[in-house]
Amino acid sequence: MAEVSLKGVKKSFGRVEIIKGVDIHINDGEFVVFVGPSGCGKSTLLRMIAGLEDITEGILEIGGRVVNQLQPKQRGVAMVFQNYAIFPHMTVRENIAFGLTIAGASRQEKQQKVAEAARILQMEHLLDRRPSQLSGGQRQRVAIGRAITRKPAVFLFDEPLSNLDAALRMDMRMEIGRLRRQLGTTMIYVTHDQVEAMTLADRIVVLKDGQVMQIGAPMELYHEPANRFVAGFLGAPSMNFLNVDVLDLDGEVAMVGNQSLEPIRVATRRRAFRKGGKAILGVRPQYLRPVQSGKGLLHGIVAHAERLGSETVVDLTLRDNCELIAAFNEDKVFQPGDAMELTFDTPLAHLFPDELQTH
Amino acid sequence: MAVNPDNYGLRLFVRYLVLCLIALIFIFPLVFMINSSFKPDSQLLADTSSLRAFLPVGDISLNNYFGAFRRAPVGLFVLNSVLVTGATVLLSLLICSLAAFSFAFLRWKGRDVLLSVVIATLIIPFETIAIPLLLLVSKLPWIGLDGLHWGWLNSYRVQIIPWIADGLTIFLFVQYFKALPGELIEASRVEGASWWQVYYRVVMPLSGPVLATAAILKFLIMYNQYLWPLIVVQQESYRPVMVGLGYFFQLNVAWGEVMAYLTLITVPVLTFYLLLQRAFIASIASTGVKG
Ligand SMILES: Nc1ncnc2c1ncn2[C@@H]1O[C@H](COP(=O)(O)OP(=O)(O)OP(=O)(O)O)[C@@H](O)[C@H]1O
Ligand SMILES: [Mg+2]
Repeated sequence: MAEVSLKGVKKSFGRVEIIKGVDIHINDGEFVVFVGPSGCGKSTLLRMIAGLEDITEGILEIGGRVVNQLQPKQRGVAMVFQNYAIFPHMTVRENIAFGLTIAGASRQEKQQKVAEAARILQMEHLLDRRPSQLSGGQRQRVAIGRAITRKPAVFLFDEPLSNLDAALRMDMRMEIGRLRRQLGTTMIYVTHDQVEAMTLADRIVVLKDGQVMQIGAPMELYHEPANRFVAGFLGAPSMNFLNVDVLDLDGEVAMVGNQSLEPIRVATRRRAFRKGGKAILGVRPQYLRPVQSGKGLLHGIVAHAERLGSETVVDLTLRDNCELIAAFNEDKVFQPGDAMELTFDTPLAHLFPDELQTH
Repeated sequence: MAVNPDNYGLRLFVRYLVLCLIALIFIFPLVFMINSSFKPDSQLLADTSSLRAFLPVGDISLNNYFGAFRRAPVGLFVLNSVLVTGATVLLSLLICSLAAFSFAFLRWKGRDVLLSVVIATLIIPFETIAIPLLLLVSKLPWIGLDGLHWGWLNSYRVQIIPWIADGLTIFLFVQYFKALPGELIEASRVEGASWWQVYYRVVMPLSGPVLATAAILKFLIMYNQYLWPLIVVQQESYRPVMVGLGYFFQLNVAWGEVMAYLTLITVPVLTFYLLLQRAFIASIASTGVKG
């Protein structure tokens, strides 16, 4: 077990800087998830921790030891890859024991540790099969088995479930959660999937263009996003952003509104705004409620509605022609063209500076 | 001929017919060679004007074989060729795959430039470097059981060593290695394997098809060596089969004995091919198959 610490870590491929100075401290036994849009450098960061890419600049410590110059095998990490990466010419048993074989473990030790891994992952009956005779989920289980037999200090996962179908993905997600509680090892997990990030993580690291946007517990990021990017990235459907005018400023509270939004008071959360300037108001689709005509804060016309059974997602066009998404957690019928008024609890809204205006 | 697209049976029949015809075209020279090796020269030459050339008819005997053995040390030549070919193939697989491993997986300065130089050597015909190479090998040192001496001429090593590494084999391996899933290599690195362990525990066991292809290509080149051994080997004791063919083309060409000799020296080729046939076919078929 170990803590992992990145200090001012940078990575360039040739002249292109991909990771632009990242500082993250991961505690011993913590489960940290890296999320971010495709190409933001999540895999690169993970591979640098594994020792598969060298570090252009900065310091990487694992268990208090600087490991920048160490080979993967000296870092005490194990990694699970998106495409499983299990060896097709070996049986499941040989695959799981691979790291032990390399380390020159005795036959007895191998047998015992393989049996243990197989028991934890419930695949005793698969040990003598070849990878080609396994399903995707079983293959990924073998890859996880191979990773746990060596008792690494840190587990690295690079989108381990993204090749599985939805149902299997849920099973495996729960399995990884269970594994995590059972082993208590530090884990770093890269994913595209918000549900995986929200349910598994102790803390989430949101990345964009090789920079950390915010680090925090899932609910902290969800309820108190540090910026507009994080606010829009987490949550599905993603947060609505409305261009609003700052009508009045009073200490920590701003009065905002526009053509389709009645003036409301929103906390500024120590962000700087200018009276008479522009701002962006973020409201999650789930916070919107339909109300009787005359009582709403927002006025729009239904453009399109999707009924999902437990939820109804409505696409509205506001008075100023902006689009707004609302999600109601009940099954309701809406006709395109219907006028609609919506309200929300103003403390739940977020006010962000209008980036275009600040510079 | 228009073939009904639904008529699967007919299409299959036509396809097999074409394949059989092509197979026959390839097999007729062999049939001619083997049949002729049993015939006396006069009948052999007379038969060439008719289909009898492909049939074992007339005065059939093993006399040509006895003649061939009297004329040349056939066993020695075959042994020499098999030794030289076998050693070169094995060393070539080892050396070229190691070189390719480095080109494909390791990162070092000048790697890509060097690889293009290696590939560029493919366009140099051997004839253009034969004489400089001869001058070189005639002066190289060698430490044998009897101590240090100079010059490699008249030996097995002069027939083996210059042929071990070649651009084509390295290129074949590099292409194959680059197509292996990179995650497999990375996974074994993270699991603690050294580069050497990655080579023999992961990469080599997955390289069956390319090993077979490289082995067969090298085998054919080595077994058919003529020009090089002709100029570097004067002693009969190191002479390979193709140079040995010269024993039969003196004043009167003994065609029957030539055919007998050719039949004899074809045996190792067929044996080798049959041994590797399955792997060879797999290598051709594997282009689209992944584990
Ligand atoms: N070996 C390389 N050489 C040059 N550029 C690279 C290399 N590897 C990655 N990159 C670039 O680095 C950037 C980040 O890649 P990375 O694989 O880390 O993204 P990611 O966040 O994992 O994306 P995804 O979610 O699609 O997996 C990309 O723009 C990619 O093109
Ligand atoms: Mg990635």
